[in-house]
Amino acid sequence: MKLSFSADDEAFRAEISGWMADNLTGDFASLKNRGGPGDEHAFFEERRAWERHMGKAGWTGVGWPKAAGGRGAPLSHQVIFYEEYARAGGPGRVGHIGEGLAGPTIVAFGSEDQKRRFLPGILSGDDLWCQGYSEPNAGSDLANVRTRARLVGDRWVIDGQKVWTSLAHVSDWCFVIARTEEGSSGHKGLSYLLVPMKQKGITVRPIQQMTGTSEFNEVFFDGAETAAENIVGKPGEGWKVAMGTLAFERGASTLGQQMAFRNQLDEIIAIAKANGRAKDPVMRQRLAEAWIGLQIMRANALRMLSQAEKPELPREAYVSKLYWATWHRDLGKLAMDVLGPEADVFPGEPGTYELTALQQLFLFTRSDTIYAGTNEIQRNIIAERALGMPREARA
Amino acid sequence: MNFAFTEDQDLIQDAARGWLGEFAGPAHARKVMATAEGYDRALWAEAVALGWTGLIVPEDQGGLGLGFVELAILMEEMGRALYPSPFEATVVLAANALMALGTPRYLEAIAGGGITATLAAGNATGKITAAPTEGGFRLDGMLRHVPDGARADLLLVAADLDGRTALFAIEGDVAGLSRTGLATMDQIRRPAELRFDTVHLPAEALIAADAGRGLALALDRAAVVLAAFAVGAAERCLEMTVDYTKERVQFGRPVASFQAVKHQCADMALAVETSRSAAYWAACVADDSGHNGDGTALALAASGAKSWCARSYFDCAAAAIQLHGGVGFTWEYDVHLYFKNARALEAVLGDGTCHRERVARLIGLDDAAEAAQ
Repeated sequence: MKLSFSADDEAFRAEISGWMADNLTGDFASLKNRGGPGDEHAFFEERRAWERHMGKAGWTGVGWPKAAGGRGAPLSHQVIFYEEYARAGGPGRVGHIGEGLAGPTIVAFGSEDQKRRFLPGILSGDDLWCQGYSEPNAGSDLANVRTRARLVGDRWVIDGQKVWTSLAHVSDWCFVIARTEEGSSGHKGLSYLLVPMKQKGITVRPIQQMTGTSEFNEVFFDGAETAAENIVGKPGEGWKVAMGTLAFERGASTLGQQMAFRNQLDEIIAIAKANGRAKDPVMRQRLAEAWIGLQIMRANALRMLSQAEKPELPREAYVSKLYWATWHRDLGKLAMDVLGPEADVFPGEPGTYELTALQQLFLFTRSDTIYAGTNEIQRNIIAERALGMPREARA
Repeated sequence: MNFAFTEDQDLIQDAARGWLGEFAGPAHARKVMATAEGYDRALWAEAVALGWTGLIVPEDQGGLGLGFVELAILMEEMGRALYPSPFEATVVLAANALMALGTPRYLEAIAGGGITATLAAGNATGKITAAPTEGGFRLDGMLRHVPDGARADLLLVAADLDGRTALFAIEGDVAGLSRTGLATMDQIRRPAELRFDTVHLPAEALIAADAGRGLALALDRAAVVLAAFAVGAAERCLEMTVDYTKERVQFGRPVASFQAVKHQCADMALAVETSRSAAYWAACVADDSGHNGDGTALALAASGAKSWCARSYFDCAAAAIQLHGGVGFTWEYDVHLYFKNARALEAVLGDGTCHRERVARLIGLDDAAEAAQ
């Protein structure tokens, strides 16, 4: 057990931090620290250009296997890549759903044809992806998916609705869980389809959130089509593949997320020092607690990643979503408490609604404990799967 | 970077869990906690024979020369078993302090099991003043909450000597020193009060005239290892609770099937796993810091881990009582042993509030504000 990095790791760190320093400049300089959660619309086209720029330089798919076109970087390099990227203020990646979820799913479950067809576009930054899982009646109860797909000739024809779909309006492709067996229910009879977004049968409608912005969308499928071969796994295996995708959400990229959290905490600490709240004994306890909690988040992620090759999911992986989401939500509240009455104020005229970054943090983190499995669902999963406690009686 | 146990570390854990589970569980604790001495000498001799007292002692002093990750592994298992022994005072405090001060004295005797020992420094309350005398020193004052202070063979006592912190070795009972064990709610730990009333020590009793820095390092490393103890004990509380609630039937079903119960157990699991990450993060920093390394990194990690893990232990023990229902309140069930121990451990080597305040200082809350950006 060792947390320190080797000389080879440090050389790699110098390489990526040097590249960021040399490249996040000029037209890209204005992208620093932009486009993260809650800010996903900011500078979108410029960030898309940045994604392509990274792809050309070979900095996409850092953790992907070499055979899939990735860098095949060892774990320590992945950790360093994501941390240095965030430390340099690297913008929110427009390709993160493709790189982090769709790509790894295709690598793990897709056919050779699908790998050849889809992976290069993800790595180059040309194809953006979104995730079609949740529906109005399939949130926590994800298996209650109603969206249907029928095989008509050589096409899947899809009808239904998805919701909370980030980046749907700009995406080229969507991975969709749809019911392909008439009359099936629950986990059975679902399939995992890859669907082109830019077609007549798909309508995207943004959802205005409590932040006033619209990172999430509703997506309506009305006779939407995709080619018969655009199914990952066999018909009826959609649940298995979808669960595989969720497992990739626990990848090394969480280290980058934590570095972004670190930047937020540093900003809050700087404000507390400037406005004198850092002298308040209770506030000091809370700031220190947040700092400690973030260090532990990193340690927990490194522990989880260091066991990645073990067949069963370790317990630290089961608790990580509940932990980071709750920590981050609390950070949003801490930011407001440090600011005091000024927390409520943003520049501009009354009647406008252009929030500051910390106001966005406070409001947007209310979604952290809801999306990708609510805190309540996370607790059920921990209790039932990690601790082996009996399932609740279900209707 | 690989934040997982090596094969050797897995073996240490398995061996410790096996031995402690067989010989030193709560049933054993109940037997010895009713005695004045508070531990079983025969069983302790077996622990010594396993090499545990020499775990971190360098090989040329008769030890195994292992690090703080290994010591944390062993202490985690001792926490799980709630094993009452001189281990913490002798190894985690005394041997660690001697090593931090760079002195080989007593290390061989500790590693070989010839003596038990303890440290009375910043980990105790009160104050001792030392004054030079002809041929030695004179010590006066009082210390409370000295771990194993009444039963240890060797006392390492910090005293103020001309404004500096000096460390003295006292082998057993000497004239003018009274050692009184304290009766405590938690019967696992054995704190004592030491009264120094004109205690004369020979010159060679002085281990280090300027021990402040070394002792600070030692106490941080001890805090890390105690955090690991808390992890094991907290996890045992979780295991007992899951086992019990799966057995206990009310309303025609195991109470473990109710979300109100499951969600509390999930929160316990979160506390345990984040604490384990915290303790081993800090143990790695302790190993990396060496004897003259970056004190700030270790101070942050130690304060973070100790405050986090001790609170998790208390929260888990408290939840364990609640989820055991009425039987959790009885003397017969083991939960109260952990609950009382958790409360005591929170206050040992600094409570959460003082560790968080220290972190607040170290992360720069008192530094001048940066110019507005």
